[in-house]
Amino acid sequence: MVDKLNDDIGEEKRLRLWEMMLKLRLVEKKAYDLFLQNLIKGTSHLALGQEAIAGAFGVALKQGDYTFCTYRGHAHTLARGSSIEGVLGELMGRQCGLMKGKGGSMHLTDVDKGVMGSYAIIGAHLTIANGTALASKYNKTNEVSVCFFGDGTTNIGAFHEALNMAKIWNLPIVFVCENNLYMEYTPIHEVTAVEHPAADRAGAYDLDKIIVDGNDADEMLRTAEKVISKAREGKGPSLIEAKTYRHSGHSRADPGKYRPDEEVKDWMENKDPIKNYRAKLLDFNINEKIISEIEEKIKDQVEKATEISMASPIPEIKEIYTDVWANGGSEWHN
Amino acid sequence: MAQLTYRASVSLAIAQSMRKDQKVFFIGEDVGAAGGVFKATVGLLEEFGKERVMDAPISEQAILGAAMGAAMTGLRPIAEIMFSDFLAVCWDIVANQIAKTRYMSDGQINIPLVIRTANGGGSKFGAQHSQSLENWSMMIPGLKVVAPSCPSDVLGLMDSAVKDPDPVIFYEHKSLYAFKEEIEQTDISIPIGEANMLHEGKDITIIGLALMAQRAKEAALILKDKHDINAKVIDLRSLVPLDLQTIKKSVIETGHVLTVEENPRLCGWGAEISSLISEHCFKNLKGPVTRVTTPHVPLPSADILEDNTIPSVELIVNEVIKKLKGE
Ligand SMILES: Cc1ncc(C[n+]2csc(CCOP(=O)(O)OP(=O)(O)O)c2C)c(N)n1
Ligand SMILES: [Mg+2]
Repeated sequence: MVDKLNDDIGEEKRLRLWEMMLKLRLVEKKAYDLFLQNLIKGTSHLALGQEAIAGAFGVALKQGDYTFCTYRGHAHTLARGSSIEGVLGELMGRQCGLMKGKGGSMHLTDVDKGVMGSYAIIGAHLTIANGTALASKYNKTNEVSVCFFGDGTTNIGAFHEALNMAKIWNLPIVFVCENNLYMEYTPIHEVTAVEHPAADRAGAYDLDKIIVDGNDADEMLRTAEKVISKAREGKGPSLIEAKTYRHSGHSRADPGKYRPDEEVKDWMENKDPIKNYRAKLLDFNINEKIISEIEEKIKDQVEKATEISMASPIPEIKEIYTDVWANGGSEWHN
Repeated sequence: MAQLTYRASVSLAIAQSMRKDQKVFFIGEDVGAAGGVFKATVGLLEEFGKERVMDAPISEQAILGAAMGAAMTGLRPIAEIMFSDFLAVCWDIVANQIAKTRYMSDGQINIPLVIRTANGGGSKFGAQHSQSLENWSMMIPGLKVVAPSCPSDVLGLMDSAVKDPDPVIFYEHKSLYAFKEEIEQTDISIPIGEANMLHEGKDITIIGLALMAQRAKEAALILKDKHDINAKVIDLRSLVPLDLQTIKKSVIETGHVLTVEENPRLCGWGAEISSLISEHCFKNLKGPVTRVTTPHVPLPSADILEDNTIPSVELIVNEVIKKLKGE
């Protein structure tokens, strides 16, 4: 039951969160369609089903804050306000892409929006995110750095190095483990010494054990706001473990057959963050017409962005040789 | 005029950069309170305090990751990796992250950082604390590779490395830390990518880097005094960017080339230089390019074994004589 009288979030913010999550969902679905049409090559890792986590942080963060995500990062990039055509265009290898086709699906970067890159080698970006947090501390400015990663990432050394360093230097950073129960094709509990891969390790670094239902958008938002404030106030790092589930396979090539049908069905039907949030909005007496109008608006935005991307030219071949160095080129001898 | 060791020039170079630019900070293991395991960073903590001289845990990935992230925001970190051999435990951050992020982001992100590290043999430390690894980083697009051979080059090249908008790996040679030089002016800048002629001659070009450049120079003095052979000695100073023009000019004059590398033979930097010379100066060559390297073995520890593994002055002299006089 919802408590309408003690609503700490409010309609305005809820609708922003709704719009955000819906955008992430519909763009990912579009990306999937574009694959099937062979308009997107290479690999791609969709975050379908995990939208409440990136969405909540997208709403809670301020301009100027830094985010770092993984190869499963289309949603996290969009959540900071990057354009849909920037994302889809990059996936399709077009000039309108965020990096003009130089990075691809796994490396979305949009510095103007605080998207400090998407990282495809497990663990690395936790250490790099410490660096932007260190810079904020060094410069005595108050940006917060947020770093998203998966459950499987808690078993690589860089995770542990990064948490220790963040703690000893009291860095303004939030580490967000999206526990979708699988590292690639293997159930996380089969390869992890503890039940909660991130939260059970928090104590080792003198951090609070925080577990949150990552598919409950309101809960995610509350948690995000709390840990972000803590970091911004100079009270140090947090590690949160958000339980969630991906609706599709690990990547484009994966039908996800290793997951029991019952499990998939339960998460898709009963725990879908978008479906459940729509119902919640209605419980809060938000006018269904407003909800539907937002849906139409986002659908329209996605279609328009798709058209822009498809119309955008492919990169020029000379781009191969640009931007290795800060002088814009790639020469290595005189 | 003051006499300065290579070791002292490292801390002075860092201090000079930190005095000039508040954006520069220094991070590494045992670098602050302890002054570095090679005592090459003594005095920095006292002058700049804990906020700018950070003693880090034994977390090479976290050290370089933090340096990279800070550099992404416009700060100019200098990070120390105690021994270059330890680059292996943070190679992802170096080769995949630091080197490639500018390109992958289509130039949105610059990474102006310096990784300085103690490199090379001569200390009898065995195979995991003695390697010469410049060629590891040379083959990765996006990394600049510098290896100074004397105190003034440490000062001048560090100044440029810190100011450089791209990531620079700065290989300091352990066996040169005690090397002394009279220095008039300490606050100097030497552009990265300009080789240095350590000895003039017309008979042969010897190309070296760091300790091997110094040994090549010693060999050139012996060749001149005792064997009437006049060798040019080029100290490359940096592998990326490479001063190909100086190499070409010299080869056109001498027609003979010997490269001296401290690394094992396979895929050493001399192979790339040799290939460039055959492409650019084939008609000027009077014979094949000769490569002197360590054999293709891990570096052994005992005095006699290590000494006979790393190219010595004597070996360089003998190789040159063999090459020019067929002896
Ligand atoms: C160092 C490294 N090892 C292995 C891989 C291959 N790999 C890519 S994603 C992945 C699974 C990661 O699982 P998790 O952290 O739970 O993230 P999720 O994909 O579930 O979001 C693996 C093993 C990699 N990219 N990097
Ligand atoms: Mg996972």
